[in-house]
Amino acid sequence: MTAPVAEAVIEAQGLTRRFGSVTAVDALDLRVERGTIYGFLGPNGCGKTTTVRMLTGLLTPSAGTVSVLGHSLPRDAERLKREIGYMTQHFSLYTDLSVRENLSFVGSVYGLGGRRLRARLDELFALYNLADLAGRRAGAMSGGQRQRLALAAATIHAPKLLFLDEPTSAVDPESRRDFWERLFDLVDAGTTILVSTHYMDEAERCHRLAILSAGRICADGSPRALMDAMGANVVELDTPDPRRAKQALTALPQVLSAAQLGARLRVLVADSVADPVAWLAAQPLATPLASLERVRPSLEDVFVTSTRVGEARP
Amino acid sequence: MKSLGRIVAVFRKELMQIRRDRVTLGMIVMLPFVQLLLFGYAINTDVRNIPAAVVDQSGSALGRILTQIVSATQVVDFVERFDDPAAAERAIVTGRVRAAFIIPPDLAQRLVRSPAAGHGLATPRATDEQLSRPVAQWIVDGSDTTIAASIKALRAMPLNELFDEASNQATPTFEVVLFYNPEQRTAVNIVPGLVGIILTMTMIMFTSAAIVRENERGNMEMLINTPVRPIELMVGKIIPYIFIGLVQAAIILGLGHLIYGVPFADGLLALAVATLLFIGASLSLGLVLSTIAKNQLQAMQLTIFILLPSILLSGFMFPYEGMPRLAQHIAEALPATHFMRAIRAVVLRDATLAEIRPDTVWLGAFMLGGLVVASLRFRKRLG
Repeated sequence: MTAPVAEAVIEAQGLTRRFGSVTAVDALDLRVERGTIYGFLGPNGCGKTTTVRMLTGLLTPSAGTVSVLGHSLPRDAERLKREIGYMTQHFSLYTDLSVRENLSFVGSVYGLGGRRLRARLDELFALYNLADLAGRRAGAMSGGQRQRLALAAATIHAPKLLFLDEPTSAVDPESRRDFWERLFDLVDAGTTILVSTHYMDEAERCHRLAILSAGRICADGSPRALMDAMGANVVELDTPDPRRAKQALTALPQVLSAAQLGARLRVLVADSVADPVAWLAAQPLATPLASLERVRPSLEDVFVTSTRVGEARP
Repeated sequence: MKSLGRIVAVFRKELMQIRRDRVTLGMIVMLPFVQLLLFGYAINTDVRNIPAAVVDQSGSALGRILTQIVSATQVVDFVERFDDPAAAERAIVTGRVRAAFIIPPDLAQRLVRSPAAGHGLATPRATDEQLSRPVAQWIVDGSDTTIAASIKALRAMPLNELFDEASNQATPTFEVVLFYNPEQRTAVNIVPGLVGIILTMTMIMFTSAAIVRENERGNMEMLINTPVRPIELMVGKIIPYIFIGLVQAAIILGLGHLIYGVPFADGLLALAVATLLFIGASLSLGLVLSTIAKNQLQAMQLTIFILLPSILLSGFMFPYEGMPRLAQHIAEALPATHFMRAIRAVVLRDATLAEIRPDTVWLGAFMLGGLVVASLRFRKRLG
């Protein structure tokens, strides 16, 4: 892991966006340091995309100040576009054009031409394993291949800052691993990456993470720090009737959530309970609980607890 | 300079996509070709061989000869024969025939008194019931006015032939000299007009659909994050269609000349100016529609919304002068009306650029207005 440099690439204070009477993003404070992968984790509709759009200069904030790569937004939005890359959630290149044609088009839109464009294309073909696919139409490629093409297109002009909107929602786990390897390569080369996701395993790879709920950041920090500071303990247990046990458990105020994992239940108990295993075993329930076991919290647990806190807020 | 580079990038990309799209490419060439053949042959206001029935109640040789004289005009084709008028009426209802020719039992008496027979008897007074009776009757399905008009033209048909006499050549009240299209061939009028219809259809549809497609397929999401500006995107996207429009106009006029002998006057400059301005006006209208439509189906519907009045009100099928005032106002708003006037003037009447100026100026103004509206709306949509 690269040591974080104390240079901020994105700085936002009180970032707010309202659509009519709906506040999509509510007074967000954000600082993203150079050479890191910063993750936005949150459910659909939590304001991830709106935030990213404001940070890329596509949307004008209703309130607050943003500075991205030293450009103050929305005033310098056009100049910023040359320095950032953006990879959309859905494949947004032309399916009826080949890999080479797509990349040539994007390259020439960024002002690359002639020998410089050809050299850059060869570089990208080698970097993203696209040489054999250069003549293939994007529409005839697999999800993983398309994603490599999309990343190549988003980085064709060597942007200092890269935005990825749910980048791996359409690819298999192996392509996802491969994709993240390439993201870390980019970070090593000095690129800063901001990624929005609702996948826990993806979020866990980020250097820093902000958990978003209803337009607010409920928690932020490194994934490890977030798990440590969760404020709840996790217990897994066996029960013959997990559905009924789940209903009974979630009715208890100390239980933050209970999720069924096959035949087992994963229960989050607030850390006001000193010994959660003993406390759970002592609960007078209709269905018996067996083989209770305290387990290591996951990011999903962090997500559940922090968004619950968010809901509890007025 | 950089802006020009981006326009060229979009233009080249669009060209590549059109080349990839076999169906569209085929449409560009086949559409004018097939429509030219269809309209050139099919649209004919000079109706012939209308299916008709005959009810000969006289049963006489005179009746048979009368039937033959009428069918010799080729206006009608007697396909059915009935004994009573009620049966003929039912045939009209079912649509097997469009008209019925009813010859009364007293044909001989009526004929002798008829002025149509031209037997030198003084024209009878119209009030004289005995003498002013027509020889026979037509029952016509009047719902189609063109067919009804063709049969109405038979009303005063001379019957001298019935008596084996040469018809007396009457001196007409007016002399009519036809300056253009003296042979009165419909195709000569239709073919230049068809350029307007085909261009209306393809130019509006292609541009509106081409822009909407970028939205629909999500390409716009990528494009708005690049330095390309909306106006560069629009200009780059419509340039290929200007060439396509010119190719289509050339196909229609060239084939129209070869197949239908549509005259080609010398006014190539005027023709090129009028066509380019019309293409420009249609493209900018297509751009405006593209800012309204959310998907390609809606773009298509909006195109048809413009296309139908362009076919029916522009003077392509019916003369502009014959339309009610309101329809004329609507027609004036359509680029097709102005182009129809200009191209017919240039191709058929040898008009010069100066003579078609009102229409070309209007087309130019429409194009600029459309571009302004489209780029204003376009910017708004990108937020």
